[in-house]
Amino acid sequence: MTTEAPSAALVSVQGVNKHFGQLHVLRDIDLDVRKGEVVVVIGPSGSGKSTLCRAINRLETIESGAISIDGKKLPDEGRELARLRADVGMVFQSFNLFAHKTILENVTLGPIKVKGVDKATAEKEAMALLERVGVGHQAPKLPAQLSGGQQQRVAIARALAMKPKVMLFDEPTSALDPEMINEVLDVMVELAREGMTMIVVTHEMGFARKAADRVVFMADGQIVEQAPPEQFFTNPQSSRAKDFLSKLLTH
Amino acid sequence: MNTLLDNLDVFTTGFRTTIILFLVSGLFALLLGTVVGAMRVSPIPALRAFGTLYVNVVRNTPLTLVLFFFAFGYPKLGLPEIDFTVSAIVGLSLYTASYVAEVLRSGINTVPVGQAEAARAIGLPFVQTLTLVVLPQAFRSVLPPLFSVLIALLKNTTVAAGFSVYEAGAIRAYLAERGEPALTVLLWVALFFVILVLILAQLQRYFEKKWKVAR
Repeated sequence: MTTEAPSAALVSVQGVNKHFGQLHVLRDIDLDVRKGEVVVVIGPSGSGKSTLCRAINRLETIESGAISIDGKKLPDEGRELARLRADVGMVFQSFNLFAHKTILENVTLGPIKVKGVDKATAEKEAMALLERVGVGHQAPKLPAQLSGGQQQRVAIARALAMKPKVMLFDEPTSALDPEMINEVLDVMVELAREGMTMIVVTHEMGFARKAADRVVFMADGQIVEQAPPEQFFTNPQSSRAKDFLSKLLTH
Repeated sequence: MNTLLDNLDVFTTGFRTTIILFLVSGLFALLLGTVVGAMRVSPIPALRAFGTLYVNVVRNTPLTLVLFFFAFGYPKLGLPEIDFTVSAIVGLSLYTASYVAEVLRSGINTVPVGQAEAARAIGLPFVQTLTLVVLPQAFRSVLPPLFSVLIALLKNTTVAAGFSVYEAGAIRAYLAERGEPALTVLLWVALFFVILVLILAQLQRYFEKKWKVAR
């Protein structure tokens, strides 16, 4: 994983700053993610990790610095931005499946409307994706008829249907009942194995250990430490990281 | 009953115009109201300002004044002439659109912000985010107040009688001249309105059932 040149960064975040009112939520963030890399972002609540994740496809605007995807700078607004977002898959904490559309329609909407794929092809590909995440038989149902874990897997399929270059996961299991977390993580681990570039904000340390190439630890809007998972979990360097990990282990 | 049967042609002509006024104005009010409602939630400040101005000016003007303008003010502007029915339709559409816009805006506010975020995240531009994801859900959540607006429009069409449009509101005056008892005529007119509103209510129930969104 260290053989590629630094210029191969698929996602590049340079000197990014953002405030929410008085709160300096992102402080001079630099983060490069290579193609095929799985980066897991962890840290205490309010550390800015979700905001960073959402800034990468400009669901949050930034005040200074630059973010580029595959060498292209994020445009400000409009069609250009929409086109770039189509290359960035996003999975939300609260699933956000389109409530008025069936599971199948949720997955085919993007390919049909954004990419101009014909309906039959889009449905065939969507069914294959739904099978892959294990919810193929739910295709004609509405989102509310599915469990949280199933909805989140559909959300992953919906993002994958756009054939994205990178997938962003914003706390994908935080809204799930404990028994449903694994079914979602399994899909994510599988994706990571297949070589998908992923940025995952999560509290699931097990996932970080199992699938991450690199763990990024954030606190108070800054990246405090980053290291391969084994190194980070067994030998954290910063006191903030040590403190954070010790709190996790005591429960 | 004789009042009705002897003058059936008067009733049918009147109500036919009423229904035409309602259907055409309703259609334009829904279209224009949707556009204005969308403007009010648009990220572009100029559009938002226009939407707000439109709603505040038109909604705060009595319908009679709006129709007065189109019947008597408009011809003085030197623009192409329009007949009374068309000017009534224009007035009713513009007026009702301001209500549709506000009802729809409240509906847009009930759609969780995550729905629009998810739509943007798969690459849908603003207009498609609105038309494919947000508005369909917004409409579903405001069906009852939206139908109230449409029912109000149906009854508001009777104001057009005051501006030389021969619709249901003009039946009484016309038949009173023929010597029919005014109160009986009015009761018949009222009954037909009740029937029309019941049809609308039925339509509302149909859409509510069909578009039930589970959350």
